[in-house]
Amino acid sequence: MGLDKSQIAWRAAQDLKNGSVVNLGLGTPVLVSNFVKSSRDIFFQSENGILGVGPEATQEAANSDLVDAGSRKVTLIPGASIFDSAASFAMIRGGHVDVTILGAFEVSVSGDLANWDSGAADKAPLVGGAMDLAVSAKTTWVLMQHNTKDNKSRLVKRCSLPLTAKNCVERIYTDIAVIDVTGDGFLARELISSVSEEELRNRTNGNIKLANNCCVLKAPNITT
Amino acid sequence: MDKRHQSAEEVLKEIKDGSTIMISGFGEAGVPNTLLSELKDLHPTNLTIVVNSVTRPHSLPHALIEANMVSKVITTSARGRGKGLSKFEEKLRDGEVELECLPQGTFSERIRAGGAGIPAFFTPVGYGTKLGEGKETRNIQGKDCVLEEALKGDFALISANKADRFGNVNFSYTQMNFGPIMATACTTTIVEARLLLEQPLPHNHIQLSSVYVDYLIKSEETNHGP
Repeated sequence: MGLDKSQIAWRAAQDLKNGSVVNLGLGTPVLVSNFVKSSRDIFFQSENGILGVGPEATQEAANSDLVDAGSRKVTLIPGASIFDSAASFAMIRGGHVDVTILGAFEVSVSGDLANWDSGAADKAPLVGGAMDLAVSAKTTWVLMQHNTKDNKSRLVKRCSLPLTAKNCVERIYTDIAVIDVTGDGFLARELISSVSEEELRNRTNGNIKLANNCCVLKAPNITT
Repeated sequence: MDKRHQSAEEVLKEIKDGSTIMISGFGEAGVPNTLLSELKDLHPTNLTIVVNSVTRPHSLPHALIEANMVSKVITTSARGRGKGLSKFEEKLRDGEVELECLPQGTFSERIRAGGAGIPAFFTPVGYGTKLGEGKETRNIQGKDCVLEEALKGDFALISANKADRFGNVNFSYTQMNFGPIMATACTTTIVEARLLLEQPLPHNHIQLSSVYVDYLIKSEETNHGP
């Protein structure tokens, strides 16, 4: 058994540096904020115009004027600020966001990201802020399942779906491994104990090696 | 000077068929529902709407499309929720509506440029992707970029918290989103606000300056929360 979504988010949260500015995408990435203690001084940026997103609001505290980019009613942390969309994307494109954490359909060995167009027939596109974030943040991490439901690898030699941005992903957190995109293939930094190196190779489309100091990927049980 | 008006209908009647309308809002926050609801009744057609998202089938921007009032949508998020097709996606498939999908930062900067007298700008966002196809490109300071042109509109419909009679506007939390930039980029700006004030707002509470605002209407929206 691999990590569940909350555990993948927990694992990524462990790698955030204190004092960093972080933007979380929809789905699994937004769960990362559940695993960051307020004492850590991390500022979550939401592209609709917030720096300093706090926990999701309780029903009593919810205000329909205070939402994040995923339309969740949220709270603000002390020191938060609010600004308009042009200012928000100036912040993003200007390189003032340290880490963007996104979901993905595919990531290629060269760090190309495909996460905005699933290719489903007649479904319209939804790009939101993904391109701006992937191109402009100082570093881009992806949280995703290692394989699709029909067992295809989401880590690929070349993306088959429309690209979000080229050469942007530096690290991938999946249900079975933590992987760096090195420019010379995928490099597994951590791997769950129930998956062998051979199985990892079989489940990955593209050159993947274990790091010399590769360790066991573990996450606590999380009840939500 | 008093920009407050009693009747949304009277003001919105100025919107003729074929107009380009910018609509503020991100998620639930800042959507001008009072104005959109009235506009839907007035039913101008062949509109181009510039709006961040049309993913919600029960939202009023989507309702304008369903009511056959819209011929073109400029947006960042067009995909309907769920696996089935939204009414908008059906119209898109049938060629009844045209779609221009933009990265959100490009969407907002094109609007900002429209209101700031900048005819176009280069951005690396979208280069080498489907959304950059057909756009002029240039390598600037080592970065491959696409050229994006300013966006302008005929009418901006904006939702806010407070406005004074001069047209100065204050927003509540993330209600601000696209409001201030859309107001700058359109010939005529109509703001609905929950509170319309006789006295001027304190200068340091003003997030959108009166020069950009033409009409003020009382919003029927209430703020759900503390």
